[in-house]
Amino acid sequence: MYEFDWSSIPGSLPFLWDGMKISLEITLQAIVVGIVWGTLLAMMRLSSIKPLSLFAAGYVNLFRAVPLVMVLLWFFLIVPRFIEQLFGLPTGTDLRLTSAMIGFALFESAYYSEIIRAGIQSVPKGQMAACQALGMTYGQSMRLVILPQAFRNMVPLLLTQGIILFQDTSLVYVSALADFFGAAYKVGDRDGRLVEMLLFAGAVYFVICFAASQLVKRLQKKYHPA
Amino acid sequence: MAHLEIHNLVQRYGAHVVVQDVSFQVETGHIACLLGPSGCGKTTLLRCIAGFEEVAGGEVRLDGVSVSRPGFRLPPERRKIGMVFQDYALFPHLTVDQNVAFGLGQASAAEKQARVEHLLALVGLQGQGYKYPHELSGGQQQRVALARALAPRPQLILLDEPFSNLDVDLRERLSLEVRDILKEEGCTAILVTHDQHEAFAMADEIGIVAEGRIQQWDSPYNLYHQPANRFVADFIGQGVLVPGRVIGEHQVRIDLGTLNSVSPVECSKGCGTCNGARAEHQCQVDVLLRPDDVVHDDASSTRARVLNKAFRGADILYTLELTGGTRVLSLVPSHHNHALGEEIGIRLDVDHVVAFRSHQPADLPASRIPNLAR
Repeated sequence: MYEFDWSSIPGSLPFLWDGMKISLEITLQAIVVGIVWGTLLAMMRLSSIKPLSLFAAGYVNLFRAVPLVMVLLWFFLIVPRFIEQLFGLPTGTDLRLTSAMIGFALFESAYYSEIIRAGIQSVPKGQMAACQALGMTYGQSMRLVILPQAFRNMVPLLLTQGIILFQDTSLVYVSALADFFGAAYKVGDRDGRLVEMLLFAGAVYFVICFAASQLVKRLQKKYHPA
Repeated sequence: MAHLEIHNLVQRYGAHVVVQDVSFQVETGHIACLLGPSGCGKTTLLRCIAGFEEVAGGEVRLDGVSVSRPGFRLPPERRKIGMVFQDYALFPHLTVDQNVAFGLGQASAAEKQARVEHLLALVGLQGQGYKYPHELSGGQQQRVALARALAPRPQLILLDEPFSNLDVDLRERLSLEVRDILKEEGCTAILVTHDQHEAFAMADEIGIVAEGRIQQWDSPYNLYHQPANRFVADFIGQGVLVPGRVIGEHQVRIDLGTLNSVSPVECSKGCGTCNGARAEHQCQVDVLLRPDDVVHDDASSTRARVLNKAFRGADILYTLELTGGTRVLSLVPSHHNHALGEEIGIRLDVDHVVAFRSHQPADLPASRIPNLAR
């Protein structure tokens, strides 16, 4: 019978918290950039200007067709060199967090753009016609009427995608970055208590994600009763 | 100068021609109506006028300025039009005030507020400006849609089946109200509908649209009493076509008697008016009889059998069969209540004789002309 030993957890909490901060930082940053860049991609995809919609379609299909782990690895290997050259930084600067963030943001944008595209399309066509009949340009109509309604409809989906994103941040372990999962792994490895640490990490992920998804459900009920 | 001019407008989707060679014009301050069955092209016409669609041929001119022609389309937002949509298309995330003020653009806050208050008062929604569209009834949403369209003082207002989502009572009341409001604002308007009562209640002039063409552009009175072709005769009001024979320049004989017409009756042989003198022509025509042309009169020697009856409150609409087999409709005050199969006396009381050459090449394929006596 395996004897559980949880004693390495209390002492490593500050280190684990530092890891959690990295996880949250990546998540928040990827959500914000993902929504902004995703909105632009969605508008390009729906645009009648062919090159724009082709570019957006290509971008979205590319990122949705490759595994996230691979994208992170690409960015881990390529982006640091690129940034070093661009800003004249000495080789070997630790750019793992930056490249992970860029990788996540670009990858998640593809998913966000699909959610936002569906949201824009869920707004009845008549709304755009009504705006134009009232003298609004395409851009004004989007900003004042279409996007506000689209985002209102999309809030639950965007948040759910955010929760998935938070779980996915654990994949940064490929670049040996100490996010929450990476930190837990390192502590377990150091103390020979890997099973306990991974169980603990799993419990923490479960509590956070389950609580968040319950919150999303309540939000959804509030905005879309019945 | 006419405010809106449509010249030989053509619109097609692929090979399917939706609007063919339509021309008409509307004077400033007039309310015109495009009336026709669903799928006749009337909404497409309206969308071309609004600028939502490219046109395949012809031209749309607003105040003498060309706004649509093949290869050129002034976008809707630059046409200074107002539009009321079938589903209203109110902005659900904005209050009534914000909806109405939406098109006011550059105006100052005080100007906007004054205009919004004026319009809400005009449509009878004072003090409701803080509400959201979903908190209003269908009729109220309709009024907000109208106020929103009128707010920027458009040159032209387009109404696309604006009352079709309302119940009948409200529809009738609102259509009269909307007419008053449009007249008060001095707005030129075009209404699209398939409901002739709505059209009659609101419009100064009506264009009957079928198969992508204007069949007749006229006043409501003339459409009813002097329909230009069989389609219009059938589409507007009720009635039957009975066979008749031209016996004089202004005279037609039908089973029920002889009719005297103010205008000459055209001969079916295409000779124009042969005064019925050329007996070999046997000028056959079809005469339109409205239910109010056939009057119930017990003293009359002409008898007809009651085939069917529809009680309408003040009147009963009888379907009658003459001894010769001809069927006519008759509108009779409802205290003359006769049983099915009973024979009653009738006589004619026709103000306007409407006759179409029989066997003429149809204005529309025969399949599109529904049975008149329904």
